[in-house]
Amino acid sequence: MRSYLVSRVLGMVPTLAVISVIIFTVIQLPEGDIVSSTLDRLQAQGVDVTEEYVQNLRAQYNLDKPLVLQYFYWAGNFLTGDMGYSYLFSRPVNELVWERLGYTLSITVSALFFTWIVALPIGIYSAVRQYSIGDYIMTSVALVGLATPPFLLALIFMHLGFEWFGVSTGGLFSPEYEDAPWSWGRVADLLAHLWLPMIIVGMGSAAFTMRILRANLLDELNKPYVVTARAKGVRPAKLVLKYPVRIAINPFISNIGLMLPGLVSGEALVSLVMGLPTIGPLLLQSLLNQDMFLAGSLLMWLAILTVVGILLSDLLLAWVDPRIRFE
Amino acid sequence: MSEAALQPTGAGPLAGVEERQAGAAISPRRLMWLRFRRHRLALASGAFLLVLYVLAAFCEFVAPYGTTTRNDDAVNAPPMRVHFFDADGRFHARPFVYAYRMEVNPDTWMREYTEDTGRPFPIRFFARGEPYEMWNLFRMDRHLFTTDAGAYIHLFGTDPLGRDMFSRVLYGGRISLSIGIVGVVLTIVLGILLGGIAGYLGGLADRVVNKAIEVLQCLPSLPLWMALSAALPVHWSPLLVYFGITIILSLFGWTALARQVRGRFLALREEEFVMAARLIGADTPRVIRKHMLPSFSSHIIATATLAVPAMILGETALSFLGIGLRPPVVSWGVLMFQAQNPLVIELTPWQMFPGLFVVLTVMAFNLLGDGLRDAADPYSTGGMK
Repeated sequence: MRSYLVSRVLGMVPTLAVISVIIFTVIQLPEGDIVSSTLDRLQAQGVDVTEEYVQNLRAQYNLDKPLVLQYFYWAGNFLTGDMGYSYLFSRPVNELVWERLGYTLSITVSALFFTWIVALPIGIYSAVRQYSIGDYIMTSVALVGLATPPFLLALIFMHLGFEWFGVSTGGLFSPEYEDAPWSWGRVADLLAHLWLPMIIVGMGSAAFTMRILRANLLDELNKPYVVTARAKGVRPAKLVLKYPVRIAINPFISNIGLMLPGLVSGEALVSLVMGLPTIGPLLLQSLLNQDMFLAGSLLMWLAILTVVGILLSDLLLAWVDPRIRFE
Repeated sequence: MSEAALQPTGAGPLAGVEERQAGAAISPRRLMWLRFRRHRLALASGAFLLVLYVLAAFCEFVAPYGTTTRNDDAVNAPPMRVHFFDADGRFHARPFVYAYRMEVNPDTWMREYTEDTGRPFPIRFFARGEPYEMWNLFRMDRHLFTTDAGAYIHLFGTDPLGRDMFSRVLYGGRISLSIGIVGVVLTIVLGILLGGIAGYLGGLADRVVNKAIEVLQCLPSLPLWMALSAALPVHWSPLLVYFGITIILSLFGWTALARQVRGRFLALREEEFVMAARLIGADTPRVIRKHMLPSFSSHIIATATLAVPAMILGETALSFLGIGLRPPVVSWGVLMFQAQNPLVIELTPWQMFPGLFVVLTVMAFNLLGDGLRDAADPYSTGGMK
């Protein structure tokens, strides 16, 4: 187990290195850079800019160096915990990221748990009672859930929240807690607001997982050992839960890797619609304003979140399923 | 199609009653069709998509108006109902709609529309209406349905500028639906090329492609799509942006297909018929093209069908955020951009029609893909209980 863990953690390093190169390339793509947009801004304000000032500015951001060096400066600073300065917000990127990463994490993780809690009973029910009315309803709901873009779902839920409860469901806090320091009341308020984005983000993956669980369980239920157990008079509940479900449940863990990028994407999209203070809206703003230090750090953090999540799910799977760690 | 590749070796499990009755001489393609036909939902989805694509292809003719035609008498007006019976209960063979009667609600200052039963607008089929250029080639003015001059018809209501939603949804469908197809074609090319190289050559090439797949699959796609499409130059023409977005979407979409192609190549490389072809002296491109590809082309089609929804949803999400396609281009995502606010659902729910079409289309592609995937392997027994 330990050697498996070490090899997996070490294997993550090249992956993250490649990802950082991809992200650095992506943020270099737009025309112009931070200096040219700063100059545009200054010139619009009527400030005269000397050639020397421009040179200093370029040197300050390392823009006078070749691209490869620029990458190493960027990556090196990132590793030492300095993500640069956001000129859009006139604040260090570190502050901006730490403020919001926690919310992104809590929505994504709670959506993952929502996925499991919903998909497990419904998947088992749908498989055991195949072709019953309940199964038809559940599979149809799952089909629609898979096909509905998260932002549409967010709009519909916000509308329903407004219609039924007369409350505005945007944001993560009530107005009185918006800028308040952390307290139990603020945590409770956060939880009271968290469930809606959690459901919306988790809907697609819950539908996906439920369909997989149903299909796997159906395969398993037709196997001879189940028939034998049934013939020998094992109680129906035990018959299903003791062996077939345990085998069919494997994708719950192994699919985290497949679902996590989708959850992170969905979270970004839903946050934009619902005005949640997470990474998503910040990313869109930084991209639209070419604040590339900020955009690069945010992309990198979303990628790290996903890669670490996938690593955790792999370790979990190895712990549950001995076949994998001995491979 | 290479028959040898799909003939079962020895006593192949020819499953299903239908197939067995037809005898062993049945062609693989026929087997697939027989199997596909059993999926009623997949068949219906295929028919639905076909209708949708035909409507989108001929949207100039089907839509009564262009995308920018404004009706100043109907701003944010609700969908019209098509009537056969008039207000007095008399039947009319020619369907008609009633004109809007607009009133300003004294409390909310909102415009509210009701049917003006005194002013019926009969619907004319194949009649002359607003002139248009079919596929930018011929000037025409016949529409599938329209009304007399001075009258109007808005089956899906109108938007805040008084433009006909039905026409805009059709024109938007042309862009959104075609992005799905063009993107998937690119995906197939990339997937087969890279997956094939990895699977056939093995060794270093395999490791490199595999690592690329691994890295791409653990990247959250939407944030990267956002970054890439925000990087598209502002001065690009709508057509260039369209292709730019399509390429961006397929850059991350090829991994699933490549993985499958690679697996198939690895398995097929060891098969006797591939070995035989090589011994006879066929060179590598010929072995791949003539012997290996045909034996899993059906799988590729099924996977490609299941990849279309991601493309359509991606375009919709990007345009919805305002960094994908931009007006004056009309796509379903661009149309949804106007519906950013939940108040829109409250006040003018018909603005969500594009969203409804996205959901229906994606659902149909998922169902069709499921059916195709089952049919793609006509000799397996899965799903044939």
